Amino acid sequence: MADDNFQGYKGLALETLKKFNARVWAKVKVDTTRGVFEGTILPRAENTDDMHLVMKFFTGYNIGVDVGTITNIEELGYKKANYKIPEKEFPYSKELPNVKLLGTGGTIASRLDYRTGAVIPAFSPGELYGAVPELADICNLTTEKLFGVFSENMGPAQYKELAIAIGKEIEKGTQGIIIGHGTDTMHYTSAALTFMVQNSPIPIVIVGSQRSSDRPSSDAALNLMHAATAAGHGDIAETMVCMFGPTSDEYGFLHRGTRVRKMHSSYRSTFRTIGDTPLATVTREGVFPIKQDYKRRRTDKNVTILPYFEEKVGMIYYYTNMQPDMIDSMVDNGYKGIIIIGTGLGHVNKPLYPAIVRAAEKGVAVYMTVQTLWGYVHMFVYDTGRDLMAKGVVPAENMLPEVAYIKLGWALGQTNDLEKVKEIMLTPINDEITLREPYNGYLIYQGGVPEVEDFIRKFHK
Amino acid sequence: MTKLPFNPRKNYEDTREAIGYVSRKEATQKDYDRIGFMSGLEVHQQLKTKEKLFCHCPAGIFQKPDEYDAEVIRHMRPTLSELGEYDGTALMEFKTRKEIVYRISNKTACTYDVDDTPPFPLNREALGIACEISLLSKLNIVGEVHITRKQYLDGSIPTGFQRTAIIGVEGEIQLKNKKVRLIQLSLEEDSCREVSDIGHQRIYRTDRLGMPLIETVTYPEFKNPDEVKEGADYIRFLNRSTGKVATGIGSTRADVNVSCAGGTRVEIKGVAHNRWMPELTHNEAFRQFALLRIKEVMNKRVTDTKSWKIHAIKPAPNDLPAGIPLLNEVKAIGYPVYIINLPGFGGMLSHFLQPEMTFADELTNRLKVIACIEKPNMLHSEMFDDTVGKDNWTKIRQLLAAGEQDAQVILWGPEADIPTALETVEERCLMAFTGVPNETRKSFENGTTIFERVLPGADRMYPDTDTAPIPLEDKVLDEMAKHLPIVTAERFAQLRDWNVPEDTYTYILKNNLVPIIERAQNELGIPARFTATLMAHKLNHMERQIGPVQGFSAEKVYDLLAFQKSCNLDLEIAKKMLWVVYRHPERNFETVLAEVDYKKLSQDEIVKMIPTLLEDYNEIRTSKNDGAGANWVMGKLRKEALGNVALKELRGLI
Repeated sequence: MADDNFQGYKGLALETLKKFNARVWAKVKVDTTRGVFEGTILPRAENTDDMHLVMKFFTGYNIGVDVGTITNIEELGYKKANYKIPEKEFPYSKELPNVKLLGTGGTIASRLDYRTGAVIPAFSPGELYGAVPELADICNLTTEKLFGVFSENMGPAQYKELAIAIGKEIEKGTQGIIIGHGTDTMHYTSAALTFMVQNSPIPIVIVGSQRSSDRPSSDAALNLMHAATAAGHGDIAETMVCMFGPTSDEYGFLHRGTRVRKMHSSYRSTFRTIGDTPLATVTREGVFPIKQDYKRRRTDKNVTILPYFEEKVGMIYYYTNMQPDMIDSMVDNGYKGIIIIGTGLGHVNKPLYPAIVRAAEKGVAVYMTVQTLWGYVHMFVYDTGRDLMAKGVVPAENMLPEVAYIKLGWALGQTNDLEKVKEIMLTPINDEITLREPYNGYLIYQGGVPEVEDFIRKFHK
Repeated sequence: MTKLPFNPRKNYEDTREAIGYVSRKEATQKDYDRIGFMSGLEVHQQLKTKEKLFCHCPAGIFQKPDEYDAEVIRHMRPTLSELGEYDGTALMEFKTRKEIVYRISNKTACTYDVDDTPPFPLNREALGIACEISLLSKLNIVGEVHITRKQYLDGSIPTGFQRTAIIGVEGEIQLKNKKVRLIQLSLEEDSCREVSDIGHQRIYRTDRLGMPLIETVTYPEFKNPDEVKEGADYIRFLNRSTGKVATGIGSTRADVNVSCAGGTRVEIKGVAHNRWMPELTHNEAFRQFALLRIKEVMNKRVTDTKSWKIHAIKPAPNDLPAGIPLLNEVKAIGYPVYIINLPGFGGMLSHFLQPEMTFADELTNRLKVIACIEKPNMLHSEMFDDTVGKDNWTKIRQLLAAGEQDAQVILWGPEADIPTALETVEERCLMAFTGVPNETRKSFENGTTIFERVLPGADRMYPDTDTAPIPLEDKVLDEMAKHLPIVTAERFAQLRDWNVPEDTYTYILKNNLVPIIERAQNELGIPARFTATLMAHKLNHMERQIGPVQGFSAEKVYDLLAFQKSCNLDLEIAKKMLWVVYRHPERNFETVLAEVDYKKLSQDEIVKMIPTLLEDYNEIRTSKNDGAGANWVMGKLRKEALGNVALKELRGLI
């Protein structure tokens, strides 16, 4: 392919390369008004300017040369880099459980992508074994790449496909399932799979990494080992998210798929169970339950797959001075369900009332959740709340907003009967609504307090 | 003929002679040419910026080893380089499976430092300083700065890599007798400071981490140890001439690359003082030369080097030599003890490598670093001070069915580390057949070094996907070029022209004092020679005696000279006043003047005292020497004269 010679170059930079008959992966000597630069021409990332040539200097560093300063390029040689994770056949061992890794994208294992300058996932069992050989001591791993999307591009179509794929694996007798997933929307997927895959006999473990595996300090390898342990050996047969407990390389948490949320944009320990304790901790030695009331692993192959989703469902994050047109426009655009994320115990301002009444009249399901994330919607406490309920807003108890959104989409995917929808919404499938909030379900300690500082000093963060 | 028993000490001395080792004092250029001495430098210099390179933490604030608010634990895994290779050091570090503990203080580190937040945009202040120094180093400045990740699996950086970027390539510096070419200058983040490294746990503190640092890399063009130091000094002076670099302890550190002909590039890491460099490079070149002799001998002894193997056994407890205190301790801890035969290595374990160090030191230090077994971790059959005893060795040789020309090692450690330990011994012995292993070495003040890590290659570089390239435009650089400080080589020339004594150069350039000397000369008319010696001799002496004083800076010297000029005081009194000014920089100069007992007297008034004093002298007349009278009078008048009349002039008048 001719374009391969100029990978990523455009405009002036491309013209310059062509003018001097130079190409990507060529070893060159470039004369410029700033002196001579020798090195290998590298591909250029797509969303960068057309003013520079990227070169690898012999010391291994990359540099950019301003094409405006170039007076001559002389090709001295050519060597194309072959970036590949060493692929080794994944060993099979009779004593170990068979685990399937379903890939959706994300950075569990990845390699450099010259097109974007970012990393793209590597995936085959051989590649994974090359990168994380410890996996072979935990389970027999096979993989299937369902799609390669970033987490933010996951949606109903992918949830459904995943649910069906999981059903097939269970039917085949797979002993545990791992789903490799980008972390941003992991908790949406974990909720969706909790609803779409019910009564699973085996663990379904969603895992990802907060640091791509091209970094030596990546959490990917350890997360993967934890997930494999939970999927292959753990007794908890639920849809779970498996990510770092502390930011240190110590242990992972298994979070119930309906109570988990990403709480920090970049920390390794970003996933937290909200309003409850995590299900269990997990290390390479095994799964150590924190909660005792979980669904246990079975040897049968029974499972109920319910791959339904109504896409005309949305969320509205209430802010002060919100105008009714925000809700009107959703109704006018044919939305069948709206999750409102209200203030405090579940409130919005008065100007929205007519819009809410209008929505209810048009048969739109409207549910209330809270911005505080922790705690229940309590619409009896103030008049505002009572007014809202009278106008058709249904309180969604302590369901997390994202979970309520997924559940409403899933419920409306099954029926248009709002009474039935309400029954589905308010009947918990796996703790998306809990009857009680334990005292240790809400712990956000604040730094600076002496006893908290003592704790932080003593235990690894 | 009876065979003398093998004497390790004598063998050490014989082998030292066999390679023609000479001490550095005795060594001449001929010796260095004979062994093919070659050396290059990587000089690290912290920049004086307000904030760290990729976050907004303050730069240059430090914490004590046990002063921390939280700890974070990480393990490092090797990853692929951009060109699809695993790095050698990377794999070694992985073998060691270290648990890395970071001690974090809220004052000096944030979530970026421990890799829980992506980098913030590169510190522009640091970039500016790096560009300025690149221009001074006559480097070709890149068109676009690309942040690259350089893997460090020792844990010294929590991400597992250092973010670093080339600012310029291919420059040069001018030494006294030659030019040395520069490969590159990069801007990078500094690493953590190690607190301890014991067994499988290494502890770091994160205060220094992330501070902006530049690294100037030369080609290996230094041909003797003194040139290495001269080059390091030059680069240090050049960096400091900008006044924009940090100057405290540890702010300048160099890695020194050394090889001898037929040897390999070995990197001596983190040399904190340039004055250590000559001894270190001297010894390293000879160490390599000695390893080449071992290679020669061993290749003669062993024909099939590929199938050479160690023979290790774990003897039954009763078979272990008894009565050795060290082994008793080891047994008490419960560590397994192994005995190992090294076929053909007789005479090698005590082979000279460095002053008081032999090939056995290479083994014990690798065991510590790679297998994580703390020292002492082995005994061997060629120790200078044998604690095992002849009979025990005979028994061990029998157990191992060892031959005459073999050497033996006894080692121990946690059972889990034994496989790596045995592998490490075998690996290092096999390297003896090929010569000098690629490695980095840790330096000691006495000029010797020990194994630190396998030397990483270019394979550990990876483009940073978290940052965008930064263009460096011509107009910015052109503007910068207009305000550059004077190049260090020219500073040397300037000092020579001014007749400033050569013993002051290092102090003056190190502290970037030429601008003050120049101003005192141009604006106050004070000879450069005077200001230079006042600072390099007197001030330097005070700093050593008293230590650093808050509130004092070299600028005070200029102020003092300006004050003297305005009061028409003779210069000599500056030396006396400086003692007070240095200790009490807050006092005004009038007060200081009173404190040194200065009284204003005119020259006439002083001259009038001379005849009376001369008469006094004639009465006591202590010496037959004619000049003695003048000396005596000078002594009596010194106090009055100081500040009023130049002493030389006064002597003339007497």
